[in-house]
Amino acid sequence: MTTTTTSEVISLRGITKAFPGVVANDDISLDIVSGQVHCLLGENGAGKSTLISILAGMQQPDSGTVSIGGQPVDISSPKVAVDLGIGVVHQHSTLVPAFTVLENLMLGDSGVMRDTKRATQRLGELAELLGVEIDPHALTSDLGLGQQQQVEIAKAMWKGSRLLVLDEPTSMLTPQAIEHLGESIARVKAQGLAVVLITHKLREAYAMGDCVTVLRGGRNVGHIGVDELASYSEEQAQDAILAAMFGDDLAAAGSDAVDLAGAGEAQRETAALDLSSRPVRLQLSGVTSRGPGHDVETEDVTLTVRAGEILGIAGIDGHGQQALSEVVAGQRPAASGTVVFDGEDITRTGVRSRQQLGVRYVTDDRLHEGTVGSMSVALNLVIKRIGQAPFWKSGRIQSKAVDIEADRLIAEYGIRTPSPATRAGTLSGGNIQKILLARELTGGAKLVVVNKPTYGLDLKTVHLVRELLIDFAADGGSVLLLSTDLDELIELSHRIEVISRGRLVGGVTNDGPGTAEKVGHYMTGAIEGTD
Amino acid sequence: MDTRTSSAQRILQGFVRSVVPVLLALIVSALIMLAIGASPTEFFAGVWKYGVTGDNWQRSLVLMAPLVIVAVGLIVAFRGQLWNLGYNGQYLLGAVVASGLGPVLFGVMPAALATLIVFVVAVLAGAVWSLVPAILKARYGTNEIITSLVMSFIAVGVVNLLIKGVFKDPATTTPQTVVIPDDQLLPYIPGTEIHIGFVIAIVLAVVAQFVLSRTSFGLRVDIFGASPKAARHVGLNSTWMVILLFALSSGLIAFAGSIDILGQFSYQRADWDPRYGDAVMPLVFLARFRPIASLPFVAFYAVLATGGTLAAQQAGVNVDFLLVIVGLILLFMTITEYIGERRRLGQSYLPAGLRRTVTSLVRPSRPGRVSAFAPLAAPVDPADPADPGPTDPAATERTRA
Amino acid sequence: MSDLLSTAFVTVFVATVIAQALPLMLASVGETIGEQAGVLNLGLEGVMLIGAYVAFVTTLTTGNFWFGMLAGAVGGVVANLAMLVLNVWLGLNQIVIGLAVTLIGEGITSVLYLQNYTKSPASLGSQPSMPIPGLSEIPVVGQAVFSQSGIFWVVILITLGLAFAMARTNWGLSTRSAGQKPSSLDAAGGSVMRTRSIAVVLNGALAGMGGAYLALLTTSTFSPMLTNGLGFIAIVITMLSRGRILIVMITSLVYGLAVAIGPALQVSGVSVPADIIKMLPFLIVIVMLIVFARSSVVPPALGAAYSRGAR
Repeated sequence: MTTTTTSEVISLRGITKAFPGVVANDDISLDIVSGQVHCLLGENGAGKSTLISILAGMQQPDSGTVSIGGQPVDISSPKVAVDLGIGVVHQHSTLVPAFTVLENLMLGDSGVMRDTKRATQRLGELAELLGVEIDPHALTSDLGLGQQQQVEIAKAMWKGSRLLVLDEPTSMLTPQAIEHLGESIARVKAQGLAVVLITHKLREAYAMGDCVTVLRGGRNVGHIGVDELASYSEEQAQDAILAAMFGDDLAAAGSDAVDLAGAGEAQRETAALDLSSRPVRLQLSGVTSRGPGHDVETEDVTLTVRAGEILGIAGIDGHGQQALSEVVAGQRPAASGTVVFDGEDITRTGVRSRQQLGVRYVTDDRLHEGTVGSMSVALNLVIKRIGQAPFWKSGRIQSKAVDIEADRLIAEYGIRTPSPATRAGTLSGGNIQKILLARELTGGAKLVVVNKPTYGLDLKTVHLVRELLIDFAADGGSVLLLSTDLDELIELSHRIEVISRGRLVGGVTNDGPGTAEKVGHYMTGAIEGTD
Repeated sequence: MDTRTSSAQRILQGFVRSVVPVLLALIVSALIMLAIGASPTEFFAGVWKYGVTGDNWQRSLVLMAPLVIVAVGLIVAFRGQLWNLGYNGQYLLGAVVASGLGPVLFGVMPAALATLIVFVVAVLAGAVWSLVPAILKARYGTNEIITSLVMSFIAVGVVNLLIKGVFKDPATTTPQTVVIPDDQLLPYIPGTEIHIGFVIAIVLAVVAQFVLSRTSFGLRVDIFGASPKAARHVGLNSTWMVILLFALSSGLIAFAGSIDILGQFSYQRADWDPRYGDAVMPLVFLARFRPIASLPFVAFYAVLATGGTLAAQQAGVNVDFLLVIVGLILLFMTITEYIGERRRLGQSYLPAGLRRTVTSLVRPSRPGRVSAFAPLAAPVDPADPADPGPTDPAATERTRA
Repeated sequence: MSDLLSTAFVTVFVATVIAQALPLMLASVGETIGEQAGVLNLGLEGVMLIGAYVAFVTTLTTGNFWFGMLAGAVGGVVANLAMLVLNVWLGLNQIVIGLAVTLIGEGITSVLYLQNYTKSPASLGSQPSMPIPGLSEIPVVGQAVFSQSGIFWVVILITLGLAFAMARTNWGLSTRSAGQKPSSLDAAGGSVMRTRSIAVVLNGALAGMGGAYLALLTTSTFSPMLTNGLGFIAIVITMLSRGRILIVMITSLVYGLAVAIGPALQVSGVSVPADIIKMLPFLIVIVMLIVFARSSVVPPALGAAYSRGAR
């Protein structure tokens, strides 16, 4: 670790921020020291993002102060943050896809004319600092996710930075790209900058961080200082962080907590299957999809899912997962190839007939695709069965039948809602996901396609969702699980296929340690050249 | 959000939010009249006199017939978040079918059959005319507001050409169609001078209300309107949905035109364009896209328009002043909706950053914010009636890139 | 048919093309800047009418065409204040506000004109011309192009200047990002509200000038509903030009050419009904829309109000 002689401290004191109904940050204090990587750990909803928004000037705290080198500062807007040298790489890309790399970097520059020459020069400096190569004239939308992130980091450091904040930077990256990111962070640190790294994976915090702060329920519930962390073995650090993350829940969560927090290497939790004895449930042969937009389509995809099997599809986000889900669910036509379900060719059947056959789809866009936010929870629970008895009779809705079904599903899946008549959009993400699962897993479901089923959920719901999928498969159902979270795939799947640019590039049977490496090998092998 | 608000309170709130914009618009238009030297008191007195008193209320109800049908037509499209603004042309197309084809048909067959054929052809003409915007929207995501408007201008031209050409009454010098004799027009409701088109319109509104709120078709329309993505997810064919809703909407508006000719006008002049749709559009927003709820608003406007034509002359303004009133209703509607939504969420309705914004425009060093509560306060979309509206704020009209 | 090629005829024809194209071009350039920043202004028709009326009254009273153009721009900005405050600042629905502005613009200009000018229909007389020495001597082009009024040249300069600014300045970059992805601009320390406010003000000024040009130079008078849908055509031209101001200029000229054909045919003895001439522009744009449907691209954030943190 490089210790600069004039190490500067950015101190947050008593930061409190409340939104109607929830206190996102509750009296949080912490120090960020230059030349160090400060890890912020915590599950979804722990208040990490709000804290970052405050540092970035997107939100103002209700109370509390931020000071830099002892001087109190009022970060009243993103511009002030930029001027103070606080660069933030947000979890959601802030690059304009239709702009070139250079245009994105120059956005927000002062001066009347665009100074392309100076910008190219600055990009050169930063690329050298980060140890990367970036084509200044490439369209951002043409870049791979790893490269986009490099541009984001360059953008965050564009105006000379004192603090670089990285919000969940690893969630979309391949193992190799994560390693690369680690190297870049080390270089930035060596320049004497402070780095804040936000993650919910304990492993990464230990590997990359100099010190760790744990947030839970909006509070700072634990801090491991630089010397302390350096003196711990990996095991000790893990125990200390877990204790802080889960508090009293640790005993209850038990070994699950370790897995959920991404502490160690993931292991399969589903029972082993003798696949050859199981009947084939879904068979895709040479399927090439053709959707309405500009998404990546599936190219010549052939796969088999058997009864009781969970087939995982690994891959970087945006490599054809959506097309694959939709072509199975019937939302997207296949230009060529066949889709066979239980021996029946369903290539030309639509969503509604497939739904009745038992093909279900839990989409990753819960808010705008999976549910209609302005409609009641009850209607959302039967929305895929419009016009069907007993909920509709000769076209007219039967409110009583709908209410009975809604009450049943709400109880069975533990959906927390004030009433069945509540608008679905007002519920939390976890409860909305429960609505989707309740709707898709009941009423004769045989095969369910799930896309990123735990993305953005709190740990308890993550656990519940995974249990539901495991139970569904144990009862003979088939699951096609698409996820960008390798640990999740390894925990749940019997086999894992890797998708890249719409093609399946390799398959691994998930039968012991080393699966992650094999999958990672396919992922990096397949995307060489883009990343 | 308080889900325990009683339904009585909800109705009251809805009432306030619907009536306040109209009142504000009337007050401001009165001020404008004062400013340009016209007399608002004379205008509003005139509206009452010529729109309600004596037998004038019957003329207002006659005007209501086409207005209600246009309202239903707009609601059908708007609930699916399809902004069919080609209503003027669609109305005129329906009208010209009645005024042009009517006299021919009435000459060769019984009036009832001829009327039926006129209605069917009018609806078809409207529906066919909507195909261009509908297909462009469904296929390429082309903004339907623009395409339907352009098609409307073309329809106006086509109608004028027809009236000056094949449908022209050779007996007159001014370009107009042959007058249909009284005994072949739609019959009056016994004891009044209101033709049965009024009854048809009310029945249509009731049926539309039932279909949209109680049937699977209505739910499908609402899902489609809330989110085309969700519609695709539940297995709706969005291409057909766009074409069907546009055809229904446009067909109904054309139907309004034909019923207006056969019920009231009996012939059509060239360059005549009552622009009913412009007036009805804000009203259906106020009624939150519910056919029955639109009836009182349409009745109000029918009186305003019936009385306003004469009253405007007396008060010293032109009839086009009605357009100003309608525009003001639209503006105040969005403002009232915004304030109401803020109050419901328990928030200040002056955005926290507004003052800052104003100063930041002057002193560029301090940029303003949108709202201190930004994550929870999505901007209010007036197309999204607050409670329990059929639409989703996130699904406002958008053209696919 | 030799008439068709006579010098005088061609001169008039080219001048007509310019006279028809310029109001549309001004409004389309304004709309382009607005749409690039994410604001779709359906009130354009009303804004143009208000600009036209204000310019008409100003020039009629002062006798000065320059004052008229300036007043038209100011009138356009004032008309766009509704969009500025209600949409850009408060985040209310652009479509509803735009339509309201169109209706109010149509209504109020018609009422005011009929109240004040029906008894003595007023014409503004011929436009001041500013022949460019040397160039104006060239046959046809000299008369049609290089003898236009100074206003014409100023308008061309403004348009080219804006095209340059959109492509080369930081302001242009910010404006485009506000329509592409406002959150990026916000995160980069820019102000979405300020950027969009400036765009809406420019949009109003240019559309107002478009109306003013139509009243002062193209028709030399005002009449109710003078624009007859030109504002909506401007929106179509904008959609088809994909945000490029130079393409807007070219498309506007093509429009002017198409419109000028009607009167030209009439002059040459072919009788074309007035209704067809009126309808022609719309027929042209709908055909263009159908042919180029695939390529009418609008910015992703068009129509969406921006509120920080709302995803």
